[in-house]
Order: sequence, then C-alpha cells, then structure tokens
Amino acid sequence: MSIDRRMFFRIAGLASLGLAGKPVLEALAYGENPAGVKPAPASPGSIQPAAPLVARRWAMVVDLKKCIEQGDCKECIAACHFWHNVPDFGNPKDEVKWIWKEPFQHVFAGQEHEYIEDKLRHQPTLVFCNHCDNPPCVRVCPTKATWKREDGIVMMDEHRCIGCRYCVVACPYGSRSFNWRDPRPFIKKLNPQYPTRTRGVVEKCDFCTERLAEGQIPACVEACKAKAMIFGDLESADSEVRALLRDRFAIRRKPELGTNPEIYYLV
Amino acid sequence: MYDAGKIILGLVFFLVVITFPIWYNAASGKAAYVPELKIITTAKACVAPTEYMKVAHMHLLNQWRDEVVREGQREYHSFDGKVYRKSLSNTCLDCHSNKTEFCDRCHSFMAVGQPNCWNCHIVPEEARP
Repeated sequence: MSIDRRMFFRIAGLASLGLAGKPVLEALAYGENPAGVKPAPASPGSIQPAAPLVARRWAMVVDLKKCIEQGDCKECIAACHFWHNVPDFGNPKDEVKWIWKEPFQHVFAGQEHEYIEDKLRHQPTLVFCNHCDNPPCVRVCPTKATWKREDGIVMMDEHRCIGCRYCVVACPYGSRSFNWRDPRPFIKKLNPQYPTRTRGVVEKCDFCTERLAEGQIPACVEACKAKAMIFGDLESADSEVRALLRDRFAIRRKPELGTNPEIYYLV
Repeated sequence: MYDAGKIILGLVFFLVVITFPIWYNAASGKAAYVPELKIITTAKACVAPTEYMKVAHMHLLNQWRDEVVREGQREYHSFDGKVYRKSLSNTCLDCHSNKTEFCDRCHSFMAVGQPNCWNCHIVPEEARP
C-alpha cells in the first residue's frame, strides 16, 4: 500500500498524540502506585517490605592484596558464623564452617610453584562456597535439597536434606560441612534472626540469601574492614565486580575441573 | 449350651471391664476436655482466620517454608490485606512467644508433641512468671 503525503502527516500526528499520552498510560499501568506517590502506610501488624537486592548472576571478588595487608583478621568469619549460628565444636573432625582460611598453596594447588612470592606462600586465604556455575554438589544430590537459583546462588534446603553427604564428596573445594552432632549446644551466642541446623544435615555458605531479600549485603562483606570482599552482579557490565575483573588479573580455584567457580581472587 | 447363664454373665462382666476407661472418662467429663490455649498477644488477628489456623496451621507453615526457601518469596499477604514476613521464629512466635502454653498444650494433647521444627528454629526465651 502506498501512502500519500497527507496520509503520512495524519499518521505522524496521531502517533505523536499517542506518545504524549504515554506517561498517563504508565501511571495507569502502575495502578495504585504511580510515580511520585508514596505507598500508603502499612496497617498495624504489617511489615514494610524491604527492597531486596537482586541480580542476574551474583559473584564475589576477593582482593588478596587488601586481605594480606590487613593481616590476620577474622571479622568476616566471626560475622558470618555469628549470623548463621554456626557451631564451634572445638575439634577439626566435627568442624562446621561456612567461611574460613587455608594456606595459599592449598587453596590454589597447581597454580603455586616452588619460588612463589614469600608473602603469598603462607598467606592464609579466604575460602567459602564458590557458587559454581556448574555445581557438582547439585548434580549428585538425590533429593534436590541443593540447587542453583536463577541468580546463580547455590542454595541449600536443610528441610529436604537427608544427610547422605554425596554433595560433601562431590564438592572439590571442601565447602560443605556435615552436622555429625547436634549443633545447638555448641553455639556460643544464638542469633534469633536465623535458625540453627540439626544433626544429620549438610550446610554451607548461601551468599546470605535471607539478607539479600531484606536489601542487605552478605554479612562477611559488611564486616570486612579492608573492603577486600566485593559482592556484585557479574551480568551487569557496570557493576563493581566487573570493573575489578576488567582492570586486574584474577584467578579462580581449580578452574580446570569445569565447575566454573564464581569467586574471583585478585592477586 | 451348658452353663449359658454363667457364660453370658462372664461375657457381660468382661465387656464392662474392657470398656471401663471409655465410660469412666465419659462419666467424669474428661472426654469433653479440650486444652486451653493462652494467647498473650495484643494483636487483634492472626495471619489467617482462627478457625483456619486451628486446622491448617501446619499446611500454612509448610507452604511458607517451601515458598521462602525454594522460591525466595518471603512476604505473606494475609486475608485482611496486611503484609507479613513468612517466618516461624520471627513472625508466629513474635505473638505466640509462649510456646509451652500455646503450641505445646494442643500438641501434647493430640500426641504430636515433638514436631521437628524446633530442632532448628529457635524458640524465644519465655518470660518466667
């Protein structure tokens, strides 16, 4: 169909009228909460839902340089273990841990060498769940008690865990701990905001999903004085984690296994 | 039948003895006993109508558990338009902080005394009188 000049102007005019009406349409589309109008105060007993932190792919960057400079601090570990009611059994056999430190040459076995920098050689390096893109623990779990969320977090559902410990064996990073004993009596100070675990389930770091849902960053990131842990969205090009990865050389733990770990260490 | 009278009498006696606990409880009024729950909150309404909560709180809790852990949906929009955080320890027990006088009374009576919720979920310290 061919359009003459008059017809073209007519359509163009109508279209611009339509564009002018767009804000009105938008306001209508948002219904009860158009831009600029504050939501009605919640009725008593109600909570004001906090804006959750969301991402397409959560990841963590650990700045080893800053971590080394800070020396032997344990703020992140203490904060995490307090927040999540992680017990301290006082013996390595029963140990339960979400975040801890290992010597550099153990963390990056295969990537170190005999003449490695002195300051790295015995450097205690922060390790926790790598929230792999291709998590072997998820693959072996017979009950789907652990699975990968859409935002990349490898989540753990202790309700569904039957304690078979396949995942503990499958994880190449030792990130998972099994509760051989009832952890309750071994928690020094209970955090009533978060449940404990029970005997016979596996637990691990979950990037503080419950804190993200309330709009808070993970407890370890918040506790780090040196700002050596940076948490962010890998899929958003202007996030801090992406900026760091663009500028500096980062290594990951055992990338050759194909698990695609999402914890990056800046060296 | 030889000794019919004795046998029938014996049978009646046997039945009376075997059913003794049932009619004794009925007669003494124990059968009509219902546990009394102590509600200490000043809130006017629960997250759902009381009648529903009485029969289906366990289903609601299971639903909350699955939605929070597996789907990440943590807000509950109640029948009267209020918004609650789906949390056993931090929403339910905020009002019903007297677990022994609220949860346990029915649960012991119904012989479901030990639901495994409390192995992990923390019960707030109860105010001792």
